[in-house]
Amino acid sequence: MASIAQRPYEYEDRRRSLRILQSHFVTGLAVIATLLVVAPLVAIFAYLLFKGASSLNWAFFTQIPKPVGEVGGGMGNAILGSGIILAIGSVLGVPVGIAAGIYLAEFGRGGRLANAVRFTADVLNGVPSIVVGMSVYALIVMRQKHFSAWSGGIALGIMMIPTITRTTEEMLLLVPHPIREAALGLGLPNWRSVLSITLPTASAGIITGCMLAFARVAGETAPLIFTAFGNAFWSHRLDQPIAALPLQIYIYAISPYDDWHRLAWAGALVLIVLIVVSVALVRYAAGRAVLKGAT
Amino acid sequence: MEPKRAETTPPENSEKPIDIALATARGVPLEVLNREIGVEQPPSPFLSPVRLFLNSRGDAALTDRVFAGLMLLAALSIFAIVIFILKELIGSSQLSLHAFGWHFFFRSAWDPVSGDFGALPFIYGTVVSSLLALIIAVPLAVGTAVFITEMCPRILRQPLSFLTELLAAIPSVVYGLWAIFVLLPLLRDHINPFLIKTLGWTGLFSGYNLGNGMLAAGVILAIMILPLISSITREVMTAVPSNQREAALALGATRWEMIRVAVLRNARIGIVGGVILGLGRALGETMAVAMVIGNTPHISKSLLDAGYSMAAVIANEFAEASDDMYRSALIEIGLALFIVTILVNALARMLVWAVTRGAPARAH
Amino acid sequence: MGVGIEVTGLNAWYGSTHTLHDIGLHIPANRATALIGPSGCGKSTFVRCLNRMHETNPIARVTGSVKMGDVDIYGGISPVAIRRRVGMVFQRPNPFPTMSIYDNVASGLRLNGYRNRRALDEIVERSLMQAALWDEVKDELKKKSGASLSGGQQQRLCIARALAVDPEVLLMDEPASALDPISTSKIEDLIFQLKSQYTIVIVTHNMQQAARVAENTGFFLNGKLVEFAPTTKIFTNPSDKRTEDYITGRFG
Repeated sequence: MASIAQRPYEYEDRRRSLRILQSHFVTGLAVIATLLVVAPLVAIFAYLLFKGASSLNWAFFTQIPKPVGEVGGGMGNAILGSGIILAIGSVLGVPVGIAAGIYLAEFGRGGRLANAVRFTADVLNGVPSIVVGMSVYALIVMRQKHFSAWSGGIALGIMMIPTITRTTEEMLLLVPHPIREAALGLGLPNWRSVLSITLPTASAGIITGCMLAFARVAGETAPLIFTAFGNAFWSHRLDQPIAALPLQIYIYAISPYDDWHRLAWAGALVLIVLIVVSVALVRYAAGRAVLKGAT
Repeated sequence: MEPKRAETTPPENSEKPIDIALATARGVPLEVLNREIGVEQPPSPFLSPVRLFLNSRGDAALTDRVFAGLMLLAALSIFAIVIFILKELIGSSQLSLHAFGWHFFFRSAWDPVSGDFGALPFIYGTVVSSLLALIIAVPLAVGTAVFITEMCPRILRQPLSFLTELLAAIPSVVYGLWAIFVLLPLLRDHINPFLIKTLGWTGLFSGYNLGNGMLAAGVILAIMILPLISSITREVMTAVPSNQREAALALGATRWEMIRVAVLRNARIGIVGGVILGLGRALGETMAVAMVIGNTPHISKSLLDAGYSMAAVIANEFAEASDDMYRSALIEIGLALFIVTILVNALARMLVWAVTRGAPARAH
Repeated sequence: MGVGIEVTGLNAWYGSTHTLHDIGLHIPANRATALIGPSGCGKSTFVRCLNRMHETNPIARVTGSVKMGDVDIYGGISPVAIRRRVGMVFQRPNPFPTMSIYDNVASGLRLNGYRNRRALDEIVERSLMQAALWDEVKDELKKKSGASLSGGQQQRLCIARALAVDPEVLLMDEPASALDPISTSKIEDLIFQLKSQYTIVIVTHNMQQAARVAENTGFFLNGKLVEFAPTTKIFTNPSDKRTEDYITGRFG
């Protein structure tokens, strides 16, 4: 073979084919990776549908679990309980989160305090939910000597705050500056301008952010284990243990009874459907919110 | 176009208070009104009723301050949450802190009956399962991110990214449920025997094959942290300006070379940040791990053996912890978990922030 | 009926950048005054000092005195009170996107606590007529949102919104620069009619526009007021050479 200097193009061509081959190979790897990622997702949904759909009947939503050994019953109390706990959590988490988001967007631009709050909120988003549950346990349950629905609600509410704070801030920052200027130029005091002009303009995005936080905590089990604790019966009293859907799923899943396993799949299906619907709504509404609020 | 001019109309009843704004809107000149209500012509500037009304409004300085104060209070609640967690956890683990001191984290005991506690098996389990999860998840997540961002046809981009986001939305307990009834049998019947046969000599795959154990925990954790790492990787990859890509292509790079040189190299700090965030998430994952790891406080080289993690032991045993020392030990584990995840997340956020240059990080 | 504005020794800073140097002029009441000058010369900053919008930026600072009528707006009155008496129309139309046309116009009054429904109806109608928008929107006042109008209509809506609070002074920062020629001429007609009732200060890039609508014109350059004189004099016989250079197009 002649030296490289004498036949440069042939060397290049051979190197090049090798490089192109490499590129295709990596593309193949990436495709495989993607398939491997999508596969469990498809599998999970398939199993949920397959194993859970058949158990979804009217009784599932309206009855409480039957004693061990009896077939039938449902998770009505768990669905109701989840609703109650989530409502309590939202009452705590949504106003505080939105207000904190307003602070970050309207009062804290670039300030050191605001940066610290922002950073801490992001870090808090990664704290395990069980730790939050333990703290609420130590604060409330241990002192009161009994589990309660509202301690569970508080735990979930605390988890919602950092998420809602950041999404609210982001949505408020999307409101174009000229809108705020117009409000101030009319002689509106700052609080009026924020509450009546800026906030409504960003409202669609803020609501979707709240729904995201809601969907996230709706599936949380760990913080409820030692706050709400779970309940085999209908309960709506806030100062008593209460059932919750994810908690019930967990208890049934690790139990040795086939009938409870069946209920666990059904409950998981219900939970997933609620969450997926929220996420899809969020994506849809977020797309429209960007168009609407940013004009 | 001239503004409408109404005729002068005297007010009907001079005892009824006159809505002077309404009157002026109708075009009643102020001199007429002033005559009726007995007010002298005000000096300039001309004070129309609308102006009168607006001038009578306060400047809302107090309301503004209260409003700003309330918002500040809400923002400070973020700090309050951290302080609250620390205070409660430290306060309630005093018993165990005093009894065992630092050695708590290096001892292997776990005997509730005799009150002897040591957290080493749980730390081991948490670390090993998380590292295993990273080993499995990072190549897959980066591969998926690369595919979605750089390689896949445009129409597939939205649905694929939606699918990966969906993975993130599945609750931990549902993952655990699926893992118990689908993943564990799969591991036990197909994958583990294969691993024992081929890699058994390493000592990593020996012992009883029940399906659950460290490997199962690692796999399910990997599936759970995949979407997080993937989405951050995608975010930092898209942040690389397109002129970098174009420059590489213009120099004759193949697509993979372009990705490697222009995109991944620029994004690698952010990707590392995303990986560390995934690690943070894996460290704290509770339910799915508790459902598949076997719940045995036991340190073993084999990945097929049952183990335990910090979050799992808290979830499993806290409700039944009857005496104070038991509870205190568990809370101390929780405290350690809290501090570790805070540190890991803080490090990760700083890395991601450095790459995305302070653009508000989305709540992942 | 508007008021005159007396500006003395006005200086403005953005952080450490000194943007306005010792501005002094008298803006007569019930007239239109145009401010011209090349980009970045400070005319917008000056106008924003007249309703204390300049200081909404945290790093902005102002010294000097601006007397509106007999009130020094920097003399201890809150900026909010001042802005209620001075209307502003911005370069890009900025109607409130979540509000209807009616709500937009009424916003200045309603959000300050004005409740009388009937009076609001009449004020909204009067303001929209003054802004030459009434005929085009009178059937859809409450149904159409402010943002669904065309650009020129939106700007007239913003003018109506500013007029609804019966300001003593109306500030316009290049109100027609983002609009097409037909909308621009409509707005110029508006200014012509409005100036008998309000004091108008209009910043413009367009010298012909200044010549058409304003009695007096001020020429700004590099943060200083170079010349302030009746419009005809500025455009036919300016005293300062820099003014003449700008007018004849040698720069800017």
